Amino acid sequence: MNEILKAKPGEKLYLLGNEAVVRGALEGGVSVASTYPGTPSSEIGDVFFEIAKDAGVYFEFSVNEKVALEVSAAGSVSGLRSFAWMKHVGLNVASDSFMSLAYTGTRGGLVVLSADDPSMFSSQNEQDNRWYARLGNALLMEPSNPQEMLDIMPYAFEVSEKLELPVLLRTTTRVSHMRGVVEVHEIKTAKKVGHFVKDPPKFVPLPSNAYAARKRIAETLEKAKAFASESHWNKIYDLEGNIGIITSGVSFNYIMDVLKDYGLKAKVLKLGFSYPFPEELILKFTESVSEILVVEEVDPVMEKEVLALFGKNYINKPLHGKLDGTLPLIYEYNPDIIKSAFEKVLKINLAKETPIEISSRAPMRPPVFCPGCPHRGLYEAVKIAVKKLGIDAIYPSDIGCYTLGFQPPFKTADYILSMGSSLGTGSGFGKFTDQRVISFIGDSTFFHAGIPALVNAVYHESNLTVIILDNRTTAMTGGQPNPGVKLDNTKAISIEEIVKALNINFIETVDPYSLNHTEKVVEEALKTRGVSVVISKRPCVLITDKSKFYFFVEPEKCTGCKICIQEIACPAMAVGKDGKVFIDPEMCTGCAVCVQTCPEKAIVPKRREK
Amino acid sequence: MKSYNIYIAGVGGQGVIKTSQVLGLACVKKGVNIVMSEIHGMSQRGGSVPAEIKIGDAYSPLIEEGATDLLIAFEPSEAVRAARKLSKRTLAVVNRKPVIPFTVSLGISTYEDPEIYINELRENLNCVIAIDALSLAESAGSILSVNMVMLGAASSFEGFPVEKGFLVEAIKESFSPKYVDLNLKAFNMGFELKKMF
Repeated sequence: MNEILKAKPGEKLYLLGNEAVVRGALEGGVSVASTYPGTPSSEIGDVFFEIAKDAGVYFEFSVNEKVALEVSAAGSVSGLRSFAWMKHVGLNVASDSFMSLAYTGTRGGLVVLSADDPSMFSSQNEQDNRWYARLGNALLMEPSNPQEMLDIMPYAFEVSEKLELPVLLRTTTRVSHMRGVVEVHEIKTAKKVGHFVKDPPKFVPLPSNAYAARKRIAETLEKAKAFASESHWNKIYDLEGNIGIITSGVSFNYIMDVLKDYGLKAKVLKLGFSYPFPEELILKFTESVSEILVVEEVDPVMEKEVLALFGKNYINKPLHGKLDGTLPLIYEYNPDIIKSAFEKVLKINLAKETPIEISSRAPMRPPVFCPGCPHRGLYEAVKIAVKKLGIDAIYPSDIGCYTLGFQPPFKTADYILSMGSSLGTGSGFGKFTDQRVISFIGDSTFFHAGIPALVNAVYHESNLTVIILDNRTTAMTGGQPNPGVKLDNTKAISIEEIVKALNINFIETVDPYSLNHTEKVVEEALKTRGVSVVISKRPCVLITDKSKFYFFVEPEKCTGCKICIQEIACPAMAVGKDGKVFIDPEMCTGCAVCVQTCPEKAIVPKRREK
Repeated sequence: MKSYNIYIAGVGGQGVIKTSQVLGLACVKKGVNIVMSEIHGMSQRGGSVPAEIKIGDAYSPLIEEGATDLLIAFEPSEAVRAARKLSKRTLAVVNRKPVIPFTVSLGISTYEDPEIYINELRENLNCVIAIDALSLAESAGSILSVNMVMLGAASSFEGFPVEKGFLVEAIKESFSPKYVDLNLKAFNMGFELKKMF
């Protein structure tokens, strides 16, 4: 059994923030848990997937974030403590329902975790989801480390129940993906079965009901300001000094390290419960210092609140942060940035170690398709088909491993906005450009947000070839199941049958390991007017057993033309000192796509030993 | 007191995160604080995988520029990529075996001779230990144990904040029983290298 479930009170574990929050949810008596995977939140789902049955929690990988939020909302109003989580852009998808949550209110505590990604380690944009708490009238909490991710969950459930509002729990990559030593407490036995007690004026936000609810929400939030001011999650660390620092989340860690390492003096107010903004506490804190520095990632959200508070109360003290240029406006912070902010505000110089300088450059090492990845063969076949037909093609692409087709030698990603946008933008491009449109979308993304856009393309008779890269998993986030995959407690849904039901004339399924056949089918699809669909079906190599064969380049036949490498860029292949290609047998999965590109037929199978 | 700062530089699939987990468990056993930062998602799939670790008194695992005490590089060019985090006093333990990225095969990037990278590190750092972790891992029984060879070698040097006994205990609990002996062997082979320096 997983240690996160098994560990006894007082035991210490070395956990990722995303793992610790699961234990916290269990200690808070969670009954319903739902998500759509997205980095940096994905591991939360991986842990629940493993332990939910033993823990007696209802857990699901929902079809998208909006549905995940709705499943947890249903849990909450059925009297069950419920937890939904997603990456920051996932909350955009869920936002339509999120905006109504405060109106219907909660019964069982409801926590919605948003994992923001400052500096965009694995995202298409940088977005500060603390705004969503303000937009959606939710309570906002911001843990700083794995222990806090655990400890805050029971508290968040309680507060959500008490104030009948959802809690938005905002983490960032550096909190979600921080590992640390975590002490666990007793797991709370949760209710397994909910019961929904009807209350239409509360739960049905018809205009008249919403009008009444709007007032209740405003009053609750006003009351909650005092509640937040008194919360033990808003805490002052008094290291003396005249400067007051207001901070939240991961920034707190950098501040404490710099203060400690350089023996600096300051009073630090750490806001773990940061909306409604604890005005009384801020005012009291301000009285004890001569100037204020606000340290927060990403937007100057708290800084503007402090500024407004200063204005309202005629406080005239220096206020430093993003708005006066003390701290950068964009990207994540780090200890060096915080150090330089202290230097500016305190007008001091702090000792720095001199980094070494090395003249030779490390090679570019971007993430790539794994050896044996089915996307490699598919993109190669599409490239050949497009070349043969001599057409000018636009490639709207989507969110998943296949986005890596952006890189050479494939260059098969021209336009991406969000989950499912390949089909929505493809539907548009196919109506009013003089180019052929080939949209790429993965199986999980197709279910998530692709279906309505495909309906749109068919309905408006767009000219569009859709290629669904069905690798039987949600690969980029670590291999979570999706509605196309049969589990013990799920029903699998056929992508082919969905597409057929849309009255599309051209539907073919191909195996992308077979270049020739795939290329021919893509060619046919491109010759078809209207919407055509090719389903490229082959499980992700990471969920497939290794083949009994690997491939070997016969040196006497290899001419060193490197066509194989230039066409498919497989990381298992490299050029030796003799100018000939060789294949690393450990990395080779035996997919045989390279074999089909070799003009000399120099690549041959070999049986693995053992 | 300042923390002991470890930067692990590797490539997706080399076991950087597993190494940190073993180290973390060893710290839990010793009762010393450890924090680590790792990057998932797009950064994997054969890309660079850096991990920053602080052992001792620290809130955040992120290492300031030049403030690394120990660099454990699973790959020579990845050691070079970490330069901004290193200063003259950093002890570097570097695996000699290069992992050539596909950008080099495609001709859009160049990979220097691994010895050039290592020599440049030597010119800039007081102490660079270059080892052939791959051969040792192979003789321990699996090339997948390169990470334990590296951990063994790195932890054998003076100043490393976790004693061998805790690391051995952690290894025993971190792998399935089938692979414990192999990984212990790899760790010990790395640890014994010290005698050669």
